[in-house]
Order: sequence, then C-alpha cells, then structure tokens
Amino acid sequence: MKTVGLIVNPIAGLGGRVGLKGTDGVADEALRRGAVPAAADRAAAALRELLPLRDSLLILCPAGEMGEALCSRLGFTCKVVSGCSVPSSAADTAAAARAMGGAELLLFAGGDGTARDIAAAGWTKPSVGIPAGVKIHSPVYAVRPEAAGRLALRYLTGRCAGTREAEVVDIDEDAYRAGRVSTSLYGCLTVPDDRDLLQHGKAPSPASERSLQRAIAEEMRERMKPGVNYLIGPGTTTKTLMELLGLPNTLLGVDLIRDGALVQADLSEADILRSMAGHETHLILTPTGGQGSLLGRGNQQLSAAVLRGVGTQRLHILATQEKLFALSGRPLLVDTGDNEVDRAFSGYARVIVGYHEEQMIRISGESKNDP
Amino acid sequence: MKKIDRSAKVRTGFHQAKWDEPVIFELSQPGERGVLVNRAHPEVAAAVPGLDAIPAFLRRAEAPALPEISQPRVLRHYARLAQETLGADVNIEIGQGTCTVKYSPKVNDQLANLPQMREMHPLQDESTCQGIMEIMYRTGEYMCEISGMDRFTFQPGGGSQGILAMASLVYSYFKARGEEAQRNEIITTIYSHPSDAAAPHVKGFKIVYLHPDADGYPDYEALKAAVSERTAAFFVANPEDTGVYNKNVLQFTRLVHEAGGLCAYDQANANGLLGVTRAREAGFDMCFFNLHKTFSTPHGCGGPACGAVGCTAALEAFLPAPLIRFDGTTYRYDYGNAANPNGIGKIREFNGVAPVILKAYAWIRSLGPEGLYQVAKTAVLNNNYLFKKLMELPCVDAPYIPGRQRVEQCRYTLETLYRETGVGTADVQRRMMDFGLHYWTSHHPYYVPEPMTLEPTETPSKADIDEYIETLKYVFDEAYRDPDKFKHAPYQSVCHRLDESNMDDPDQWAVTWRCYLKKFR
Repeated sequence: MKTVGLIVNPIAGLGGRVGLKGTDGVADEALRRGAVPAAADRAAAALRELLPLRDSLLILCPAGEMGEALCSRLGFTCKVVSGCSVPSSAADTAAAARAMGGAELLLFAGGDGTARDIAAAGWTKPSVGIPAGVKIHSPVYAVRPEAAGRLALRYLTGRCAGTREAEVVDIDEDAYRAGRVSTSLYGCLTVPDDRDLLQHGKAPSPASERSLQRAIAEEMRERMKPGVNYLIGPGTTTKTLMELLGLPNTLLGVDLIRDGALVQADLSEADILRSMAGHETHLILTPTGGQGSLLGRGNQQLSAAVLRGVGTQRLHILATQEKLFALSGRPLLVDTGDNEVDRAFSGYARVIVGYHEEQMIRISGESKNDP
Repeated sequence: MKKIDRSAKVRTGFHQAKWDEPVIFELSQPGERGVLVNRAHPEVAAAVPGLDAIPAFLRRAEAPALPEISQPRVLRHYARLAQETLGADVNIEIGQGTCTVKYSPKVNDQLANLPQMREMHPLQDESTCQGIMEIMYRTGEYMCEISGMDRFTFQPGGGSQGILAMASLVYSYFKARGEEAQRNEIITTIYSHPSDAAAPHVKGFKIVYLHPDADGYPDYEALKAAVSERTAAFFVANPEDTGVYNKNVLQFTRLVHEAGGLCAYDQANANGLLGVTRAREAGFDMCFFNLHKTFSTPHGCGGPACGAVGCTAALEAFLPAPLIRFDGTTYRYDYGNAANPNGIGKIREFNGVAPVILKAYAWIRSLGPEGLYQVAKTAVLNNNYLFKKLMELPCVDAPYIPGRQRVEQCRYTLETLYRETGVGTADVQRRMMDFGLHYWTSHHPYYVPEPMTLEPTETPSKADIDEYIETLKYVFDEAYRDPDKFKHAPYQSVCHRLDESNMDDPDQWAVTWRCYLKKFR
C-alpha cells in the first residue's frame, strides 16, 4: 500500500476568472463577481490518472473540500489528517502539510501561494503541484492537471525515481493588480525529475537541470579570484555554486565568501556595506524564475548603496537556459528604488549559462512588463 | 493505366513493417558460423607462419564475444531491421526541417557504384586517378562560384566536422597573428545550429549566444554589446532555423570585422539561396555546405558525408592538406599546407569521401546554373505554400514577422494546440508515424514553445504537400476529438510509445551490448 498526500486549495483560481489577477485576500470579492470554484475539478483530473493504483493507494488529506470530498467522489481510500475552515485559509494548507508525515508524495492543487504555504510548512519530501491557481510561475507545478497525475503515477510506480529541487516563486498580487510585476523566491520543494511534465521544464535541453547548474557553477568557480569578496545571492543556481565550493548556503539570503571560505551567512544591508570597506567586492546573482527579477525582489539587502559599491563590472549573473527561455524575450528586471542605479545596471549583460558559455541578455530598469 | 486516387490523402490504413526481432547477440548460437573456411593447403600452411607471426602481447587471450550466426539468419536480421524504418524512399520527406532531405537521383548512386569509382584507393598514384581529381577540382570551383569563396576543401566528413574545420581556421588565423590567447570567444545565435556553438567549444573557444529581437533576427544591439577585442569570430546561419532571413546580415559582419573578428557562415542548408545570395557578398570569410543536404548526395545516416568548407584567399594557407592543383594539363595533390606551422593540419584522412563528391558533381552538372536557381525557387515556393496552408489552421502559429514569407523552412509553434488539448508537439510527432510520415520538433534547447519544424525542399509535388497537410490536419482534429489517443501513439509503427522519463539518466543508459549485460542482466 502506497501513501500519498493530497491538498486542494478550494479557492485557488477564483480571482483570475473575474480579472482579479490572483485570489490572495480577494476570494469573497471574486465569488461576489460570479467566480465559480474549479480547483476541485482540476484536482480530479489529476487524481483520475491514479485510478490504476486505486486499490493500493491510501490518500492522506484534509477534511471536506480540501481533499476528502474529492477522494470519496473518485472512490479512493482516504484518511483525514487535518481540518478545513470555511472559507479555507493558508493556515489550513500549512496544517495539512505538517500532518502528512506518512505520505511519500504530496499532490497539491492551487497556485504559487499554495506552493509557498507548503514550502513554509517545512514539507521536504517530493511533491507535485496541480495547476489550479491564477499565478503559476513556480516550476513545482505540472504543465496541466492530467500531467500532474501522470507524473505522480510515474513516481509511485518507479518509472521516474529521480528528484530535484524546484523554486517556489510568487508575485506580489497587490503590486501586480497595479500593473507592476514583483516576483520573489520563497523557497524550494522537491519534485520528481521529469522535464516533460513540469512547468518551465519542457524539453529545453537534453541535459538535466542539475547538470546544467553544475556546469554554470564550475565556470563561476574558475573565474573566482583570491582575496576578493563574493556576495552570493539567493536561488538554487547560486546554491549549486556554494555546494560545489563545499559551503553552507542561505537559500533566501545573501552570503559572503572569500578565498573559498564562508565569511558570513545571511547578511543584512548594513553587514554587506561593512564587509565591502576596503575589499574588492563582486556580486553573484541568479534571476528569480518566472518574471526574471534580478535586483529588488527578495534581495533588498542588495540596496542601491551596495550596488554602487559593487559596480556593473563586478556583477556575475548565473542562469540556466531554461530560465532565460521562459522569459520569452523579456528583459531581466532591476528595481532598486534608485533610478540612477537602475539605469546603470540596465543594458546588455553576459549571463553565464554553462561552462565557457554565456548569453547576451537585456536588463531593464523598467518593471512594468506584461507578465 | 490505373490512376491512383489520392483524394482521400490521409493514409489511415498504413502500417509500418514490424518484426519481433531480437538484438543480434541474442540470436547467437555457439558454434554456428556464416562461412566455413577450408583448411589451408599444407604447402601454404607451411609457408605462412599464422598466428605465431603476431607478438604474444598483441594476441587476444580469449576469443572476442561476437555473435555466432549463419549467413541466412544475418541477412534476415538486417533485412528486417531495414524495413523498420521511415526512410526517404518510403515517406514524403517534409517533416525533417533543417535537414534538407530531398530526392537523391538513383543514377548518381549508380555512378558512384561504377567499378572505376568503387575500386579506387586514395593511396593510388595521382597519375592513375586524374578523373576523380578533376571532378574534385571542378566541384570545388563550382562551390567557389556558388559561395563567392576562393578555395574549398572536401576533407570534413560531415556538417559538424565542417564547423570544426571553420573554428580551426579561425584559430589558425589568430595563431599566425599571435592573438590566439586573446581572441578566444565565438559569438553565435540561439537559432543557429547547435553545432555552431558545440564545434568551436570543442576547439577551445568560449561561446557567447545572441537571442533574437522582436522580429526574429539576431539582436544587433546585443551583438554590439558582445563584440570586443576577445571576439575571434561570428558563426551564424542565415536563414536560421525559423526560416527568417536576416537581410541586414552585412551590418553584422561589418561590425565583427571592425572589432577584428572573422565571420563564418553556416550554410549546411543553402537550399533556398542557390543562385540568390552568396556568402562573400554578405561579408563572410568562410562558409560550409553539407553536400548531403543541398547537393543531394544523400544523407548517410551518420556515415559518409561531406561538410565542404570554403574560405577567402587570405585563409587558404591554413586549410587542411592536400589541396588539388591544376597546371592546365595535370591535377596533383598539394601538401604545402601541411608544412604550415599555423595550419589546421588534418581534419580527416585523405581528401574527403570521393563518391559523395562525385554525386554532388553529377547533381550540379545535371542542373546547371539555371537549374540550381530553379531548385532554390521551387524549394521556397513549396515551403511558402505549406506555410500559408498551415497558418490557416487556428492551432498553428509561427513566431516573428507575421504575414511575411519564410525562406526554405519554418519553425512553427503548436502552443495553442497544447494549451487547448494537452497534446504537444512530441505527441504529434509520434502520431504522424501512424500515417507513415516523418515529423520533426526542433533542436534542443526549445526556444519556440511546442516547436514543429518542416522543410519541403524542391522535391515534393503539390499533391505530396497536400497529403502532408491533410494528415497534419487529421492529427490536429483528432487531438481535439480524442486527446487520449495520443498517450500511447504510435500504434501502426514498430512499437508503441516508450517511457522516456529516464532518458537523461546515465545510470539507465546501455549503449553497448556489454554495457547492457553489465547493468541489466
């Protein structure tokens, strides 16, 4: 008997259907405007792919609309492990994720906000997102609900045993509704490593993302000079560099290394400015997936003052081709709140995409891009 | 005479030949032999030392693990495998975009199979092979006329080797100037063939890629930002895989030359440009043609081919040796370049694959200059007929320059089809096999989402193209009607859909029988 977790965010997707560009904090308004919940149907489409395993599967789920009702409808054996408020909330999602310890795989239906809640709850085992929300920028989601089910089936039947870390990103919905894109990295989830079925991973390259990140890290390590400060920004690509150097990493923060050793972890702006005094300082960044934010989202400690000190010539940008291609020609975004710094960092930059391989990518200080 | 009715067009009754054929090693029976050789006559045996002539340290301790199998069973095995293919002679070759798979006249194969050709050896004395040397020399002159270059070599055995030869020319040029350490970057584009990056990378260059601008042309502003004193060369295809022709290419080559770099033109597929444009006038210092593409020799399944490389007179001294010279009466091999300390040396043995060069020569001679121009015009016309018909379908789109024609091929996107049905380009590819037709997606990495790349060449008739279009329409309609049908396709081919989820896991690879036995038995 295999045990799988299932969490359905029943209000996911409501806002998008009535033009609210998200559902965070506006579910009631969406319903008032006539939105019809569809997350359960999308989760059902995924779950139907698991019907061949129905008799050998136990599904752990929250009560009611967050999973129990769907399992009953499709005839799956389920065990309720947490409650479901009316209306449901992020706290319900987090509580459910914390109660799923016995599951070997978690399926969750929602959007980027749901993925954030699950990552924040400390879920570390493999998971697959069923796309049901308005915002789907995190590559933890499958390309379609059926694909999520197929991927779960492959994983559970041993046909896709490998896993990898995928970023959980989200945009600020209030800013988005105001026409401004603001994407940040909120953590990572482990996903089955199938590049055909996950967002932003559809056959971009025959090599695995892991091997591409490793090649990028090798190139960056080769460029590093002795006696020089290197500030390491957030993200999984920069994390791979730290792993290659054998150093601990702050996934959502900025670390400082020099001569192959960690000088300080998770620096604030003040820490960074202090560390720069009298030292040549380089900055190593990777853009946030989805909208391609480079500076000003999720790394505000890299302030205008810090960037003036670093200068444009000491900025090293690392990104997989997959992440750059997902931009579809849009530029990387810089929004530090200082127009002069934004202008200085705008223009074309070389982005390291592999060992001895770079791509010319435009950086823009103008953040009002169509997402 | 009975007229074949093609009005139905979609071959729903097709079924690929399918044999339950094991790997040849599994057919092996101990002791079974293909040929039993008679024992040598005692006098011969006495005169020949046999295995004792081989030093002991070179002798195998054990017999090689070769399959033991009789001749009839070997023949059956390979004849069956040969039927389990969708080769150029059994399907309408439109779905191999960028590969330029055209009809290769069989008479040219017969020429190459003449005993006078087949029984030649590249080490024969020059005086005994004046004929093929003349053909090689004249084919080189034709290539010069077609491209505007001053000298060609046929030594590279394929397209990627041709690009490697160009990267080697670039290196040699800067080595002769003492700049090889400084000039270590090659600029190329996302939509040029991946080998335009891979081959220079093998030569030791760093690669800088340009993305396309909004119209699909290489981003000129990005090129301006990329060129520097480190730039060795610009490697680019034009048109790129999108079929969009960059009419401003001269501006690009000028900029690179102003920065001191060289310009290399990937003309592996020049099918839409024969007699229309030339590499020289576009500002390139070198180019290469795949004789197995544009010049119909044909493709060799990774076997004998030719990436003919041409360059300007300024680079001729770096070309691989030998070159063929003609003094008005006699053709001779010139090994002078082999003595050039900065030359690229050998790319491959001898002077290229002679039968391939012969076939290209015959093809060019059969068409003449006007015929070559007609090839380009027909290929472009065929492609734009296909393009117009497919763009009328709501689930098909093509990125860039909306409403304007492509050259000889086009990269389409099936993103709408995928969004609306869940059926993607890889699913369509597999389903097209059920109708006996090739279909190709794109090189990796995919930049165009759900890509479909088609190239009709000058070969197919309107009826052929219509059949291909009707089959695609049938498949697209089916995607809306019955998307589940695609989950296991193909059905009428050699095998159903395979699980490819572990394709990038080296632990799952078994590329030899020995490796298979080691990992999985």
